[in-house]
This record gives sequence, structure tokens and C-alpha cells, in this order.
Amino acid sequence: MAERLLEVNDLKVRFATEDGIVRAVDGISFELERGKVLGIVGESGSGKSVTAMTLMGLTRGVNAGFEGEVLYKGTDLLKVSDRAMQGYRGNELGMIFQDPMTSLNPVYRIGEQIVEAIQSHERVDKRTARSRTIELLRQVGIPNPETRVDDFPHQFSGGMRQRAMIAMALSCNPSVLIADEPTTALDVTIQAQIVELVSRLKDDFDSAVIFITHDLGVIADIADEIIVMYAGRVVERGTKRDVFYDPQMPYTWGLLGSIPRLDRPRPERLHTIEGMPPSLINPPEGCKFRPRCPHAFEKCKQEPGLENRVETPGHLDRCWLDVEFKRDHRDETISGGSVEAA
Amino acid sequence: MGAYIIRRIFGMLLVLLAVSFIVYLIFIVIPGGDPAQRIAGKVATPQNVAAIKHRLGLDQSFIVQWYDLVKSLFTAKLVSYYDGTNVVNQIKQGLPATFSLAIGAGIIWMGFGILVGTISAVTAGRFSDRVITAFALIGISMPVAWLGLILRYFLAGEGGAVSWFPDGGYVAFTSNPAQWFYHLLLPWFTLAVLFIGFYGRVLRSNILDTINEDFVRTAKAKGLSTRRILVKHVLRASLIPIVTLFGLDFASVLGGGAIITESVYNLHGVGWYAWQSIGTQDLPPLMGVTLFGAMFIVVFTLLVDLAYAYLDPRIRLT
Repeated sequence: MAERLLEVNDLKVRFATEDGIVRAVDGISFELERGKVLGIVGESGSGKSVTAMTLMGLTRGVNAGFEGEVLYKGTDLLKVSDRAMQGYRGNELGMIFQDPMTSLNPVYRIGEQIVEAIQSHERVDKRTARSRTIELLRQVGIPNPETRVDDFPHQFSGGMRQRAMIAMALSCNPSVLIADEPTTALDVTIQAQIVELVSRLKDDFDSAVIFITHDLGVIADIADEIIVMYAGRVVERGTKRDVFYDPQMPYTWGLLGSIPRLDRPRPERLHTIEGMPPSLINPPEGCKFRPRCPHAFEKCKQEPGLENRVETPGHLDRCWLDVEFKRDHRDETISGGSVEAA
Repeated sequence: MGAYIIRRIFGMLLVLLAVSFIVYLIFIVIPGGDPAQRIAGKVATPQNVAAIKHRLGLDQSFIVQWYDLVKSLFTAKLVSYYDGTNVVNQIKQGLPATFSLAIGAGIIWMGFGILVGTISAVTAGRFSDRVITAFALIGISMPVAWLGLILRYFLAGEGGAVSWFPDGGYVAFTSNPAQWFYHLLLPWFTLAVLFIGFYGRVLRSNILDTINEDFVRTAKAKGLSTRRILVKHVLRASLIPIVTLFGLDFASVLGGGAIITESVYNLHGVGWYAWQSIGTQDLPPLMGVTLFGAMFIVVFTLLVDLAYAYLDPRIRLT
């Protein structure tokens, strides 16, 4: 069995705001082993980015409160001091962000920014750090890294900036790479390249990846395990196979139905999930997805637990509906309203 | 870059010409501006006035008058209508006092402005931020003339509560550096207070904006120390707009713009000269000091643009 790098147990994150307490993450648990890719999926406001930022200690602040555990190689990162956390960031856990256009400092050269990351964790001189930076840029596929290392961010295209961000995140060889919607701001063709790059570098650097996205299609190739989040909670969790071929949560169906697919008959329109995500200050009672769920019934007013309801062990969901009923009806959502008989 | 600077210098000359034209125009159209009438005195005959007009060239067309004036200014031959002193010489004599005041005050206001702005942003919402904000608003609201007089009255000379400071006047740096410093302390402070408050407020909001930038989050995610993030990433970006403010404010004070401070503390600089000349409605010195001030503004505008291109590599000078 591979080394267990991360173990998150019932993590809860809440923020005090003027309008009340926001329960941004309301109980999430997972484990991550070396060499694995965990996908976290959900729409905006589902708590996936807050989860990622909390692992990095980036949500700390006077208005933030945490419960649960984030065990990195056995150390609870929630209890580590701010100063000690600096030693983990970048060094043990690397992170890349959604918008490469704004995530790099516009006034420093690409190389300087990566050298800065290396020198903040390792005692190496500038020359060594620089040649390592050039090597990193080569590994992430930047052409002519010897000259491009002295470019400013605005001289890079969006895809190249994201590659540079990946090089920076990997510069100290972290064990865990957290990618928070790294492809959202990029063209579709570049998206595929970035996903492929992350997947390849994960093996080169022998690390594990947490890949956060709202688009299940993006992680279809690389994820080993998938967590679907809704309103700060995990609503479905299973292997990629479980989630794609036997999804148990109507919310997951909605996500699957919103991806255009080539391997299925083409629906008239892609599926949209009606309504808006619920308020995290006053969430609805019972199942949080109930107000938007087309199949909601009486029992949904009670809170469903995250349990194993199907034959496959480890495939968990939060839905009261009968498993056979779901298997009969989910294709209406996943394949679109009016399916031509295939 | 070279072509850019040459083009800008041509533009600057045009601006200066336009300024001289407007100053002249204003002087001609304001009531009581006719210098011949004033020189001739209260009981002047029309012939008397006409003779003075002719001597000063005021009977010629507007354009010719303006041209003669500007030409004599640039050839350093322009003299005051009032006492016949050479304008360029008078401005030169005012330079040491004006430059001493401007440079000292500039260092003080930039240094303290950055300091209070940073402290206030870092402790935003807490006690120190509130205290600084209150003082900054008081500083911005106090008229310089009032503050200068109050400080001079209470802290300097005879008749005040204490006489810790000399009662106005300027001592040349070359004759006695210690006295030079001592005499300038109150004027520096008086002039700097407004700017400290203002720069502090601007910097505070710049820093608070920058702290939420994505690249600052990236810097944190790299594992940099809080101090390094603040100085290298946040402050660097936040100071860029301050450079513009400083360039223009400093140019204005260097060019004799601190008229009130120089007058209140009896510093015989360029601003003081301007104040004297306004009192006697003396056109040639006013033209001289206005163009002198405008020259600093246009030169520093160019310097600010060059500094901007250096500080922010995204900016191209074209």
C-alpha cells in the first residue's frame, strides 16, 4: 500500500460575517495516498476552494473557525503555528490557482518568482536556484526556457503562465499538489494539455494531486477518486468508475448531464440544474439539494447521512431515493430531456 | 526611448508657451491690472500714463507685448515694473530657501506617509489604525496658513507659550548647517503634515486593495514570510500610484508652490517672492515664477512617466 500523505477527518470551516456565520465547509473527510489523484467537484460556493485553501492554511484569520483534523504525514496542520505553516506551504504542499493571468506578480520576472519560492525553503545560491528554475520550466513544456526565464508574466500566454505556475508549485518538490480549477480560465485545447501535464508531473515528482473543478469532464481521465460537494458537504464519493457509471446523487446527474459527450446520443439541450445553490448561513433543512431536486419526496426533509447504499463498498452518497428507482430514472437527466432512441 | 524623450521635451516647451500666454491674458483682463496707471500714481495726467505705457511697451498689440515679455524673460533681461529688479536674479536668490524647504519636507512626508499608511493598513480596523486615521484626517483638514501661524505663535519666538524654535527666517546651509536645520524644522513639519495625512490614506487603501490580489495569495502559497510578502509583493505594487502623487507634489513645492509656508515663516524663497509680487500686482515676476513652477511640473511629469515604466514592466513608453 502506498504511503498515506493526507488524511482529512470531518473538516469544518466557518467564517463569521456581518450577515451571520457561513458554514463554508460542513464536514468533509478523505484520504490521499502518494501517486493518487483525488477530484473534488461542485459548483461555485460548494466549498471546494475553501477546502483546498484550508489545507494550505490560507483561510486562517480572525473570522475563520475550524473543526476536525487535517493530518499531513500524521501532523495536524490545523494546529500548526502560522510560522511553522510557512514551512509546509510550497515545500510539502504546492498549489496552483484558477486564474494564471492574475496569480503571478506582474512586476517581477517569471524566473525571479520561482527562484524566490526555491530560496524560501532551501539554502541554495541564486545560480543554482536559477538553473533549477530553467530545468523546471523545461519540464512543464516552456520552449527556450533559458531566455523565457527572464520574461515578465505579461509576455506569457495564459497557458504558459499556468505552466509557469505549475513549475513554481513543484519547485520544492512537494508531496501534495493542489490544483484549484487550474483549467477554468483557459481555452479547451490548453485545458487538455494542462490536465495531461499535471498527470505526467505527478508521476515524475512522485506526488499526489487534489484536482478541484466544476467540470467533471476535466477530471474524467486522471482522477482515481471523486468527491462531489454541494453546499459545503460531500454528497457523493466514490471511485471514478462509481461516479461516472453508477452515480447515486441527483446532483451528480445534473453535473454529468451538463457535459457535452461524444459517446452518447446528442440531446437537444444540455442539462441545467434549476435554481441557485442554497445560502450557507441558513441552509435548508434535511437534504441541502432538496429545493432543486426534481425527485424530492417527503423523506428528504430529514437529513440523509453519507452512507454506502449500493453494492460497491466505498461508494457513499446522501440520497434517500431507492437505488433501483435512481438507476431507472437518472438517464433522463444525464442524457438530456428528449433522447432519440439510440 | 531617446525619441520618446525628445518628443516629450517638444511637448513641454509648447506647454510652457501656453502657460505664459494664459498668465499674460489673465493679467491683462483682471481689473486694476494696468501697470502704467499704478506707476503713474494717484494724480497722474493722461499724458503721464501714456508716456509710461510707451516706455514699458504697453501701447503695442497684445501679441507683441506678450512676445517681448517672454523674450526678455528667457534672455534674463526681464525686470520688475515695481522696483526694477531683475526677475531671474530674484528667483535665483530664492532657490536655496525653496529647495531646502522642498527637499526636507519631501523626505519627511514621503517617509512618514509610507510608515503611517503601512501601519494603518496592516492593523486595519484596530486601535492604531483608528488613531492614525483620525490624525490623518485632522492633518488633511488643517489649513497650512492656520497651522503655520499657530505653530509659530506657540512654539517660536517671543510672546508664545515656549520659544523652542527660531521665529521664522532662513539661514543658509553653507553658513551654518545646524542653524539651517533648526530654522527649517517648523516649516518642514508644517508643509509635510497635509501630505503625510493624504499619502497615508492613499497608501492604506492601495495596500488593502493589493492584499486581496491573487498574486499575494500565490506568494503566501509559496511559503514566504509575512514580512517578505508585505515588503516585496504588497508594498512594491501599492507604492506605484504614490510615485505619481509624489512627483507632482514635490515638483510643485520645488517650483515655489509652497507660497503660504514660505510667507508664514518668512523664508525668502521663490514662493515668498511670488507672494510679494502678487501684493504689488507686478506682472514680470509673476510671469517668471509661474513659468519657473510650470517648468518643474512638466519636467517631473516626464520623470514620473519614466519611473512608472521602470516600476511596472507592463507599461511601454511610446
